Amino acid sequence: MRSCQIVFFLIFCVCSNAQDIASLNYLGVKPLLHQKKQNKTYVVNFWATWCAPCIKELPYFEALNQQHDVDVLLVSLDFPRHKESRLLPFIQKHNIQSKVVLLDDADENYWINDIDSQWSGALPATLIYTTKKRAFFEQSFTKEDLFTLAESFKP
Amino acid sequence: MKSILILFGSLLLFTHNHGYKVGDLATDFSLPNIDGEMVSLSDYDHAKGFIVIFTCNTCPYSIAYEDRIVALDKKYTPLGYPVIAINPNDPAAQNSEELSDMKQRAEDKGFSFPYLQDKGQKVYPKFGATRTPHVFVLEKQDKGNVVQYIGAIDDSSRNPGKVKHYYVEDAVGALLADQLPKVSTTKAIGCSIKTL
Repeated sequence: MRSCQIVFFLIFCVCSNAQDIASLNYLGVKPLLHQKKQNKTYVVNFWATWCAPCIKELPYFEALNQQHDVDVLLVSLDFPRHKESRLLPFIQKHNIQSKVVLLDDADENYWINDIDSQWSGALPATLIYTTKKRAFFEQSFTKEDLFTLAESFKP
Repeated sequence: MKSILILFGSLLLFTHNHGYKVGDLATDFSLPNIDGEMVSLSDYDHAKGFIVIFTCNTCPYSIAYEDRIVALDKKYTPLGYPVIAINPNDPAAQNSEELSDMKQRAEDKGFSFPYLQDKGQKVYPKFGATRTPHVFVLEKQDKGNVVQYIGAIDDSSRNPGKVKHYYVEDAVGALLADQLPKVSTTKAIGCSIKTL
């Protein structure tokens, strides 16, 4: 019985450390792209575990998320069937601290335009916004460029 | 402040979309195929048009579409709209994109269409391709190859079972019926084109 309790305790610890990743359709994701806290810079990175340039710049977004006035959201475009086999293990292995959601919505032609009309759909891509300013970037970043850019959004 | 302006300026330049729009004439090209031959649009005397698809070996979105691209070619080559696949990735910037890798992939998947290498990465910027896969449907007219559709193959890249709109089939179907495609530009998620 006692060993059972220990096992349960261990399982609970492991689970509570791991990030819970929601699978959302676009209606579920959209409010996360329009948050309205004053003095907050919201950085939304569209990525996938299979996208090499995305993985390269992920640590820069994680570092940026450390800033108290920046809120980073990582929107994964992994295949929904790979959530358990690839996405969750990746998040755990790299101990990702930024909030991650999986965007699972077939109607890409609608929501790519709704997120930004300039976005062609290529990954990686990044949305940066505050209550006053909003811009979209279909490109990869160096750490320096990302930090300079995020800084330029701060009031 | 000035450096921020410069940064913004360079980002704008970087993200500005060049390339063909619907109605433009596409310039012909001559690119190496996996069989070693050079291929141009002008080689196709009897074609009514082309389904030009920028795709590659490694992008999961491209891979998810391979069977659907083969099906497009099987259906539309006999009707005068062959598929011409072009790999825009620089093999120096992305593993497994050499011509030999392309040949292997084409054999494995039974590609029935030319699979060309955009050697020197000169052709994809002319089209304005930004991702793989990225489709351009061309209609052959007296004045040249007119771009009639730009965008996605269908509206469900990650799940072929959930397709509601077959964009390329609808566009080619319209052209074969002497009409303009009702939907002439669409978007889809894809992999950025890999260059040095």
